[in-house]
Amino acid sequence: MGLTAQSVKIESLKDIYEISKNEEQHVVALAGNPNTGKSTVFNYLTGLNQHTGNWPGKTVVSARGEFKYNNREYILVDLPGSYSLFTASKDEEVSRDFLCYGNYDAVVVVADATCLERNLNLVFQISQITNKLVLCINLIDEARKKNIVIDKEGLEKELNIPIVLTAARNGEGMEELKKKIEETALNEDERDESCILYFQQDSEKREKITEYNYNYAKELKGKYVKEDIKKLNRDKKIDDIVTSKIFGIPLMLSLLGLIFWITIQGANYPSQILSNILFGFHEKLNNFFVLLNVDNFIRGVLLDGVYLGLAWVVSVMLPPMAIFFPLFTLLEDLGYLPRVAFNLDHLFKKAGAHGKMCLSMCMGFGCNAAGVIGCRIIDSPRERLIAIVTNNLVPCNGRFPLIIVLSAAFFAYSGSLIDSIIPAISITILVLLGVFATLTVSFILSRTILKGVPSTFTLELPPYRAPQVGRIVYTSIIDRTIFVLFRAVVVAAPAGAITWLLANIYVGDASILVHMANFLDPLGKVIGLDGFILIAFIAGFPANEIVIPVLLMAYMSTGTLTDFESTESLRQILISYGWTPLTALNVMLFSLLHWPCSTTLWTIKKETGSLKWTFAAFLIPTTIAFGVCFITATIARLF
Amino acid sequence: MKLSDINVGEIVKVKNNTAQDSLKERFLALGLTKGADVEVLRKGPKNNLTVYRIRGAMIALRNEESRLIEVY
Repeated sequence: MGLTAQSVKIESLKDIYEISKNEEQHVVALAGNPNTGKSTVFNYLTGLNQHTGNWPGKTVVSARGEFKYNNREYILVDLPGSYSLFTASKDEEVSRDFLCYGNYDAVVVVADATCLERNLNLVFQISQITNKLVLCINLIDEARKKNIVIDKEGLEKELNIPIVLTAARNGEGMEELKKKIEETALNEDERDESCILYFQQDSEKREKITEYNYNYAKELKGKYVKEDIKKLNRDKKIDDIVTSKIFGIPLMLSLLGLIFWITIQGANYPSQILSNILFGFHEKLNNFFVLLNVDNFIRGVLLDGVYLGLAWVVSVMLPPMAIFFPLFTLLEDLGYLPRVAFNLDHLFKKAGAHGKMCLSMCMGFGCNAAGVIGCRIIDSPRERLIAIVTNNLVPCNGRFPLIIVLSAAFFAYSGSLIDSIIPAISITILVLLGVFATLTVSFILSRTILKGVPSTFTLELPPYRAPQVGRIVYTSIIDRTIFVLFRAVVVAAPAGAITWLLANIYVGDASILVHMANFLDPLGKVIGLDGFILIAFIAGFPANEIVIPVLLMAYMSTGTLTDFESTESLRQILISYGWTPLTALNVMLFSLLHWPCSTTLWTIKKETGSLKWTFAAFLIPTTIAFGVCFITATIARLF
Repeated sequence: MKLSDINVGEIVKVKNNTAQDSLKERFLALGLTKGADVEVLRKGPKNNLTVYRIRGAMIALRNEESRLIEVY
């Protein structure tokens, strides 16, 4: 065979999909439809031994992990979820090419036990490529709840591939899965080298094949799966309310408000304890340093700069994050987020954006950088750009503790139960404002520089699933705590040191910080803020978590106060520096709407590959933030 | 008849898939092949999206998409 274009292409594809391994290791590919619990299977098998990256030259995520079984080592490659290998999305192309050219020893196809008919199509397609196939019918616990009975032996005999029934989230069947993987991986490989041709047939033939596959799937389901119609309609009944025309949106808003309320209420107490401990320790450290006769300047940098910076981030920012994040993950696990996309699709359509943008926005609540990466679920480049550029208008985990603290301090300080609802309501309103800004920007973009009609989309509403409360709470709290502590050390500590230095090195009659604040003050005043606040937001560029800590440190360095005890004392401090409810409102608005943090911008650059769009993602929110704050400040001045 | 014209609660069979290119492939991948049963489950806010039961899964489509499926 000569060096034809085809053979060169195949060689290069083989390079891309060659998983590097040593001789004793076996490569196992994990394929399956979206929403089958594939990642739960992946997590169960690999535990903490996993790493994510991109496929070479593609913006498709590649997650890999390792596990051991019977003293053999396995590399597990998680392929992107796909319905079929015939379609043209980037994700499905990667799955197809890996299955055709990759150097795997076994493929595990994860299927949803409650929706076997649809999942079998992919199984049939993969069985055209290789005989080294294990069918993992997952979510068997959910199937049992719905009285779905699967005749595993019958199906196994008919399909002639090993089948394992699993419930990955509680470990059921996972040992058997490992055993089947071992048996299959050690089998002789009978891969069809020309299998790619099967997937490149003309459209008409592919339609015929799919039709045949689905008819066969339906026949198999009739023979080997028993369903209970009554139970099957459970999800339908829930959806009658959750996605109803009347209750859908109000229910969504109440849920959001409830989550914020729980976050605020729940964060109060641990916040107080943490600040008591940390600030109490500050005093002891201070005495200790005095005892050791440490130079005043060094003591200032270390204790009043680094230590207080850390203490503020941990005590004020950590508790709300550690509560909000698991609550939100709970909704995600339940299967609620696609319903949100369903309820809001008409708005996104009007704005010229993609219906799935709602999902990337939801991810933005956790972290905007994650939200920007999440925009990959949108295939159309035009709509993906809109989603990326606007993602920052959803407040992330690093920003809403600021909103929570300020709204509690300025709009609900009497401490009664009714007052506890006010911050929750004001945050909900702010979030809605962010959504409104997102839709407006999308609307303008899709009618100017990003012209086009909304592209087609299909949205699957996966079955509701009982979330594993314990595991979510545990892992997301650990996750958040480590994440925040890491950011506190990497960002808040140096920021604290720098702020302290700027506040204590004098040039002429004032510190550098005061000079900077005086310089920015006129600009700040125009939009209802002040110079110090603007400095704090600029300092917060690496991480929004440190805006409030830097601000307090900057203020206090010019006065005598050193302690932060409660929201009431925060209010007193801020009022003594000339804050009014308008200042608080504008700081909240500015935080919601201003430029993305450096991590998010860097991610945007990576995802779009364009400096121009990265700059747009900086400029658009910044303009809105200045504009909106200018308007509220001007209106306030008029009255 | 088009799938978009079918009322909530009815079950129909797919006659023809007139979508083009990637949308056509997506429809097929979801199981909207000739002869497939489709149940119309519910309309969403502003009648924009409709939920269908296709091959045991719940799939929401806009009218722009569902009118490309001919049913009987």
